[in-house]
Amino acid sequence: MLKIENVSKTFNPRTINEKTALTDLSLELKEGDFVTIVGSNGAGKSTLFNAIAGSFIPDSGSIVLGGKDITFLPPHKRSHEIGRLFQDPLKGTAPNMTIEENLALAYLRAGKGFKPFSRISKSDREFFAHHLALLGMGLEDRMDQPVGLLSGGQRQALTLLMATIVPPKILLLDEHTAALDPKTAEKVIELTERIVVDNNITCLMITHNMNQALELGNRTLMMNDGKIVYDVRDEERESLTVNDLLIRFREGAGVALSNDRVLLS
Amino acid sequence: MLFISQTALELGFVYSLVSMALYLSYRVLDIADLTTDGSFVLGMAVSVSFAAKGHPLPGLFAAMLAGSLAGSVTAVLQTKLGVPSILAGIITNTGLYTVNLFAMGWSSNINLLKQETIFTIFRETGIGGKWYEFILISFIVIIAGTILTWFLSTRLGLSVRATGDNREMVSASSINPSVTITIGLCIANALTALSGAVVGQLQKSADINGGTGIVVIGLACLIIGETVLGRKGVGRSVISVVIGSIIYRFIYAIVLKTAILPIECLKLVTSVVVASAIASPTIKNNIHLVKMKKEAVKRSRI
Repeated sequence: MLKIENVSKTFNPRTINEKTALTDLSLELKEGDFVTIVGSNGAGKSTLFNAIAGSFIPDSGSIVLGGKDITFLPPHKRSHEIGRLFQDPLKGTAPNMTIEENLALAYLRAGKGFKPFSRISKSDREFFAHHLALLGMGLEDRMDQPVGLLSGGQRQALTLLMATIVPPKILLLDEHTAALDPKTAEKVIELTERIVVDNNITCLMITHNMNQALELGNRTLMMNDGKIVYDVRDEERESLTVNDLLIRFREGAGVALSNDRVLLS
Repeated sequence: MLFISQTALELGFVYSLVSMALYLSYRVLDIADLTTDGSFVLGMAVSVSFAAKGHPLPGLFAAMLAGSLAGSVTAVLQTKLGVPSILAGIITNTGLYTVNLFAMGWSSNINLLKQETIFTIFRETGIGGKWYEFILISFIVIIAGTILTWFLSTRLGLSVRATGDNREMVSASSINPSVTITIGLCIANALTALSGAVVGQLQKSADINGGTGIVVIGLACLIIGETVLGRKGVGRSVISVVIGSIIYRFIYAIVLKTAILPIECLKLVTSVVVASAIASPTIKNNIHLVKMKKEAVKRSRI
């Protein structure tokens, strides 16, 4: 589904702020893979997402999504196939527009003959209400309220729905529950798992929760210094503990995992 | 008195198109579009020139087309060429001075003497009696406002609104924000030019300096309207700018009639009103901060 080959990226080359963010990174995902990513601070996890989403163009290497080379495609042209959630729940929604209007925008990605002058129809509304009801937050009764009135957890759940209402080829989750309180975070993780599994979406999820990294999905990547230092999947992964993971990281990276936010339990 | 109210109503309606344009650029897109002054005169120049040649109604459409071209120049400067948005507007505005002179046949003003305007044509139908000008103007404004409100609820309109609200999200919805900004600025400047076009035919003249300061007056009307009606929903905002514009023209008329202030002061007063209205949230914050500091000092003394 996703094939990244030898991608490198250096920011501010030949200056005092030079930073090598990705070093010759290669990664291949199969359809339906749900991959968790852990790593040190500045390991290049978010940079990897930025490369996939098109926030910058890599210095070298190629990115192929669903058989199509997207290396040089501008972000808005990739977003048909890519859904993305950030840590900040405010990033994915337009606060002064209503829930319904936000969903209608996200639904534009469906892109089946984009009719610029069509309005939100009754059947669209029913479709949105049906999906909102699945979130179990009562948002289906508040569709005409501005999104700015929602709580962080509700906004993140809505963003998740917006990113997946047209199932993307790949879903990028960048610590999307890190800014939420533990109970809400749990709820959003539950929703994430259900939506990803139900729609068989290929998904990459950055997390700083080591338990979550092992429990969710079918594959775990560990990153350090712009490289993938450890990659484990399926049966081998099922027997792993958080402690094993830390040992493997040290073996792969040559240093201990250092992330000031990492949760070991 | 009746005459004054009638004039104030007429001017309030006709200039409300500028405030609608600013609602679209400043509030919806969150871009201070300084092309406004120039595109107002552009609309005026094109429409009066057309009327002088005997085509008053096509003149309005030509004016809107010219205005939207001006808007697209500003948009391309800021989306494709990296010129900061305020500067892009100023650059286009400066360039428009020459374009406007050209549109007026290289003279700084043109007058319509006996040529027909949309108003003289409409007067002949006999509708509205003495209020024929007002009826025609409000008809144009209501149509423009309805189309704008309708447009902002379509899918394309939603993308334009989201561009000002959360630009990253727009590109995540597979829409190119450069395109939505361009569309927004084209429509805004078409509205401004339409306002200039109607004013030109109403006054039967076009003047190269006719648009000076119109952007600040437009913002004043926008803010007055929002203060009166609030900022909820698109339809309500469009109505509120019309009301704001009428209120502004009534204030203008009262100042003119009673001579509380010399009329030359009105631009200064308008600037002060706009500056303080836009600054008021920050001023409120600062006052609040000073109060908090004082109380903290008091508590620490106890």
